[in-house]
Amino acid sequence: MRPTLRFLTDELINKIVDEARSLLASLGVEIHNDSVLSMLADHGARVDMEGHHAWLTDDIIDRALKTAPASFKLYDTLGNEAVNLAGYESNFTPGSTAINILDQDGKLSRRPVADDYVRYAKLMTGMHHIASQSTAMMPTDVHEKISDSYRLYLSLMFCEKPVITGTFTIEAFEIMKDLQLAVRGTAGELAAKPLTVFSACPTSPLKWSDVTSQNLVDCANWSIPVEYISMPLSGFMAPVTLVGSLIQHTAETLSGLAISQLTKPGAPVLYGGSPAVFDLRYETTPMGDVGTMMQDCAYNEIGKYLNLPTQAYIGLSDAKLLDAQAGLETSMGATLAVLAGINNISGPGMLDFESCFSLEKLVVDNEICGMTFRMAKGIEPRDDFPSQPLFEELIAEQHLLIADHTLRHLKDEVFFPGPSIDRANRSRWKEEGGRTLFKRANSEVDRIIAEYTPARLSDDVTAELTRLMETEARRHGMDKLPEVN
Amino acid sequence: MDILENISQSLQNGEPDTVAELTGKALDDGVPVKELLHKGLLSGMEVVGERFKAHEIFLPDVLLAAKAMYAGMEVLKPLMVGEEAATSGTVVIGTVQGDLHDIGKNLVGIMLRGAGFNVVDLGKDVPPERFIEEAQRTGARVIGMSALLTTTMPVMGLVVNLARERGLLGKVKIIVGGAPLSDEYAQQIGADAYCFDGMNAVDCVKGFLGIN
Ligand code: B12
Repeated sequence: MRPTLRFLTDELINKIVDEARSLLASLGVEIHNDSVLSMLADHGARVDMEGHHAWLTDDIIDRALKTAPASFKLYDTLGNEAVNLAGYESNFTPGSTAINILDQDGKLSRRPVADDYVRYAKLMTGMHHIASQSTAMMPTDVHEKISDSYRLYLSLMFCEKPVITGTFTIEAFEIMKDLQLAVRGTAGELAAKPLTVFSACPTSPLKWSDVTSQNLVDCANWSIPVEYISMPLSGFMAPVTLVGSLIQHTAETLSGLAISQLTKPGAPVLYGGSPAVFDLRYETTPMGDVGTMMQDCAYNEIGKYLNLPTQAYIGLSDAKLLDAQAGLETSMGATLAVLAGINNISGPGMLDFESCFSLEKLVVDNEICGMTFRMAKGIEPRDDFPSQPLFEELIAEQHLLIADHTLRHLKDEVFFPGPSIDRANRSRWKEEGGRTLFKRANSEVDRIIAEYTPARLSDDVTAELTRLMETEARRHGMDKLPEVN
Repeated sequence: MDILENISQSLQNGEPDTVAELTGKALDDGVPVKELLHKGLLSGMEVVGERFKAHEIFLPDVLLAAKAMYAGMEVLKPLMVGEEAATSGTVVIGTVQGDLHDIGKNLVGIMLRGAGFNVVDLGKDVPPERFIEEAQRTGARVIGMSALLTTTMPVMGLVVNLARERGLLGKVKIIVGGAPLSDEYAQQIGADAYCFDGMNAVDCVKGFLGIN
């Protein structure tokens, strides 16, 4: 039995969804994009072009729900299946787009450069419990107009895993799409084998900006999957009650779904989000708040109820260092997320309200992910009945170390974490240097990067990627991209 | 209890009606406007600020107290002249061009208003020129800019440069905030200060305007 967690009854889900639908019909949504408004009007929505407003009827929401796929897959840069976003299958991806990186001393947070990004992408190849990469931070040694596309370029060049990403502007979509076309060859191939997911954020309450609504349209047209990232901030920009915030989240997400599906029926989407219970003492948006995590799991239940694959920003921490708080918030989130069956779990590696990324934390979090996957496999009877012969063997031999039963089931039953997790007795731990978690993780970072084997994209493709990126850089007055290897 | 103490206490409790009523009563009793303002209302608000910083009370408590302060101010306003009326100053705030994050900026606006400042909020995605024009038009003493994206931060430098060209630097203080900002960055672009949150912004603006 797969252990699963639920916070909401079907009855409550129904009430929340009904309430959200009636908000969309009565209050409507603000959409600051004329072509999106006209498109909605063409499909029968009442719109007010001057007021940038649309009202979405039940009929529109029903049509959107009917055409949205219940699942889809992501494929790596070589075209192999890598991530299955379906049912209760959980997959991890690193937290996205940090402003800073935690330096190798474990204390200083500083601006990342291209070199840091490359180290990250190489490290990701060795993170076996994290199925996709994300564009985890913003390199600051390129022109700011290309810093969103440049992260995608580096990811595609150095790591084969599919990429969770997003654009900062309407214009950057073009190059970010072209890079993907260069990898896949044709638009048809890209649609058949999605390589990326773009995050698109509505603005709470009930609003879509020009940029993000256009992103939805552009992604739908190219069959690039999107994840809707609605962010109710409970107690500030959303009701303080979890149910009230869930109603807001549902309404915002359904409005995004309507834009995608009316643009192109069948466009792949994730029912996602990044809500936070606003901390009214510190003026912050804690991802490690227990109510934040409960909302993530709960809207995922709503997504499943609506028959859509899901996503959440959970399994990350607001701590500034790789300390006990980082461990507790990350593992609490990751555990809940996997128990809830969230399909795309964005979190590993992230600290400080999504502001700071740490390679060492990524290594530790990879172990947390591995542990949660073991947990999700549950407790299954194997060769356990009848048990008498095995116990006879144990009594006779006085151990089961080399029993057939042990050898047969060891790998399936036991999860062995990597060396960043301390399992030595005290004397051995001392003998091996008495190292802190950070030091152990740091050695792992160095080891994995040293053992990196280059991504296997063909020379033609990498040359084309580089040509595209250099052209884009020149457009913004940058003659040369940073030297990386 | 002394009536000023009483006003301060009701303000701290977030009771607008009581504050208005007591302020009226104190006026009838002949308490000078200036004393009412400073020893009743503003001193109450001061305590609220301190307690918020010490995490004894939460943001809603601060906002309720601010509401109570305004109820008292309304009673005093017709009687305030010259110097008293101008105790506060105008602050022009906005989120820079290309950036749509306005939650932090809004909160800063709420807190500054709560502390008695006149806030002109230009919204989000604000072109550099607008900050300067509005500051000149309103005679603002402070310009506050917000950016949450590493890609939009550089716009702040453009605003500082424009302020320099127009001879506003020094006369108008420029403060900046948002997740990617830092003291160093503020210094680098020539802004007067970086503020890490709303309460910090209030302290900073008070400092610039020589209040308390
Ligand atoms: C909420 C949020 C959003 C909301 C914003 C809603 C709104 N109306 O503002 C939405 C969902 C719309 C959004 C959109 C996007 N976001 Co956003 N967002 C956030 C988030 C989670 C919290 C920001 C927030 O509101 N915090 C709460 C407030 C109270 O705090 P604050 O803003 O820091 O403000 C306080 C202080 O900084 C200070 N302050 C702030 N401004 C000022 C100004 C002055 C004058 C002073 C004195 C003080 C001051 O005082 C404030 C009060 O305490 C941050 C994460 C983070 N670490 O900040 C990401 C974050 C900033 N977003 C990010 C990104 C990438 C985006 C998008 C590009 C995503 C996308 N692909 O669509 C778009 C941006 C589009 C655009 N062009 O602007 C990144 C930025 C990465 C980077 N390297 O630049 C972050 C860090 C998250 C992440 N890791 O991915 N986002």
